[in-house]
Amino acid sequence: MIKTTQLSKKYGQIAVLHIDALEIPTGQIFGLVGNNGAGKTTFFNTLLDLVRPTTGAIINHGFQVNTTEEWKTFTGSFIDESFLIGYLTAEEYFQFIGDLRGLNKADVQTFLTFFEEFFNEEILNKKKYLRDLSKGNQKKVGIIAAMMGNPKVIILDEPFANLDPTTQIRLKKIIKELTETREITVLISSHDLTHVTEVCERIVVLEKGNIVKDIKTSTETLQELESYFAV
Amino acid sequence: MIVPFLKLEWKQYFRSSYWQKSIFLNILLAFFALYFMASFLIIGIGGYYILKDQFPTQDPLVVVNGFLMYVILGDLIFRYIMQKLPVMNIKPLLTLPVNKNMIVHFILMKSAISIFNLFSLFFYIPFAVVLILNRYDAIGVLAWLFSMILLTQSANFFNFLINKNSRVFVGLIAILIIGFVIQKFEIFNLAGFIGEGFDAVYSNPVYAIIFLVLLVFLYNFNYKQLRNEVYLDALISQEVKFAKSADLSFTDRFGDIAPFIKNDLRLMMRNKRTKSSLWMLLMGLLYGLVFYTQPIYADMEVIFVLVGIFSTGIFLMNFGQFIPAWDSSYYKMLMSQNIKYERYLNSKFMLMTISILILFVLGIPYVYFGWKILAVHFAAMIYNIGVNTHVILFGGSFNRKRINLDEKAAFNYKGTGAVQWLIGIPLMLFPMGLFWMISWLSNFESAVITLLILGFAGIAFHKNLMTIINKKYQESKYKMIHAFNQEN
Repeated sequence: MIKTTQLSKKYGQIAVLHIDALEIPTGQIFGLVGNNGAGKTTFFNTLLDLVRPTTGAIINHGFQVNTTEEWKTFTGSFIDESFLIGYLTAEEYFQFIGDLRGLNKADVQTFLTFFEEFFNEEILNKKKYLRDLSKGNQKKVGIIAAMMGNPKVIILDEPFANLDPTTQIRLKKIIKELTETREITVLISSHDLTHVTEVCERIVVLEKGNIVKDIKTSTETLQELESYFAV
Repeated sequence: MIVPFLKLEWKQYFRSSYWQKSIFLNILLAFFALYFMASFLIIGIGGYYILKDQFPTQDPLVVVNGFLMYVILGDLIFRYIMQKLPVMNIKPLLTLPVNKNMIVHFILMKSAISIFNLFSLFFYIPFAVVLILNRYDAIGVLAWLFSMILLTQSANFFNFLINKNSRVFVGLIAILIIGFVIQKFEIFNLAGFIGEGFDAVYSNPVYAIIFLVLLVFLYNFNYKQLRNEVYLDALISQEVKFAKSADLSFTDRFGDIAPFIKNDLRLMMRNKRTKSSLWMLLMGLLYGLVFYTQPIYADMEVIFVLVGIFSTGIFLMNFGQFIPAWDSSYYKMLMSQNIKYERYLNSKFMLMTISILILFVLGIPYVYFGWKILAVHFAAMIYNIGVNTHVILFGGSFNRKRINLDEKAAFNYKGTGAVQWLIGIPLMLFPMGLFWMISWLSNFESAVITLLILGFAGIAFHKNLMTIINKKYQESKYKMIHAFNQEN
């Protein structure tokens, strides 16, 4: 369970995020939508303790994120390309993350075999450094790396952007399978309403830092969201 | 048309977080620049009379000309190490209605007024004035001065063609050494031979045109090369080099810091920026020869400390001062990973310590110049491990400048400037001053022992020191994440 209380983030006088209470139960696939500047990435950055909240706190499975580091052991994330190490090959990068998450060489190998279809033969054994991969392929590496080491929480910012249609569909499948087999919480943000409604059980709409909608996904959700954003 | 570019440059410079954070460094740099200018000015004014006094039989201008080869080579070597290549972020400009020729000319012209081209004028102009006052042929002197200015500019553009190519750099040093050796053993006076060419400019001012032609040629060559790169091709589709994987499993013995050490080794081997700084290791190692081969330094024990700290600590200074900026492009990721800061910092400490040990072992042959030297080098090594590593790690927590490692950014050579040499000063001057004081108050042995004690104390309190450093990094974590996120 990820519990947010009285969270706010201000830059000077400007409030960019203000969430009084938000609880994300374990095992939920949680979607965050909103226009640019709505505070999606700020929320994720706060959740990962990359920016400090002005007030309030986020508690990730019992650990307050800005006072302890314990939550890092079970939280995987991919925010943007700055999470990748450009001068490593994909294999070396996975091994590096694996080392940090306590996986040995064989573990990493087995882990990667599950994603052969997702990689579509464009990632592994290419003898290319990550900096030389296309944006989409870089994203694939980052997303899969976020899933290493059996995390209980996975945070993906805009995972569908830059991916080709086939890979988008495969990613949706992977996310759904993840939560079927284990108790795992997935947090996704996206501009693409179709994708989020398809994957997420619950969708929260942010506007100027505030929660304006909290929807349990149903067949009408997509329409509801579209009419909300069609201003 | 030029004005908007200048505005851009201005904003880029003053809005970068780096500028705002390090006004002190900028002031220090300005101070150094003023110092050099003043020195050149004094030599320029007094040079004629000093030479007249030292070599009464020779014409001072001829003497100066005889040295010019060394000056030019020295200038090029100095530029290679210190001068930044002209940087301008051209990508956003490409699709705008800006003439591409214009962009290239602007980049090149901007470099022409670089401070490196101004330094030497502080010598040449007063020297020329003094010559004219001493009834030298005014037209001849002006032609000579004109040639010198053109030569300085040519050196500027030649330096860009070298483009931090280490082979040419080694070539320059080789010419310098060979020229010196064959002159010393009176085989052939290369510098004098070249000097005669400059004498000819004075007696025959028309020859100055040769240097004009040289400059125009170099400028055009640069222009053509850059003009070709003002396409996204050059930025995006550079030939993709196949990744080379060396077996680094030997690092596994370092236990839980092994992944970081592996990463740092790869970082050094796979990025242009870091690869070229490996040459510095060789330079640092051979630095002692500058002093130890000269008898006047034989009894200046404090020089041993300088060489000892520098030659065993060159990697420490080169690599250490950019911790943690080396990892700046993926710093956010590291901070959200399941690692303790301490482990990360310890891996850097270990890497620096190993380099110090290796460099010390490689420097053992200096014992040829006396046992005292080896003793001081040993003390300097311990001091480097115990004190300087911790100092530099602590200093790293103030690092706010992103390093862009990606080779793809074709115009990006940022951060290779003069500032990086300044950090060496406290690391070297403090132990030197301390050593000098103790050996003056008591004797050589106790001065060596003092350095050893400080070093061993640092090693003994390593854990406690790391805790303090760790805390400092924790405190500045958010600021670092923010600063490393900025491109400029």
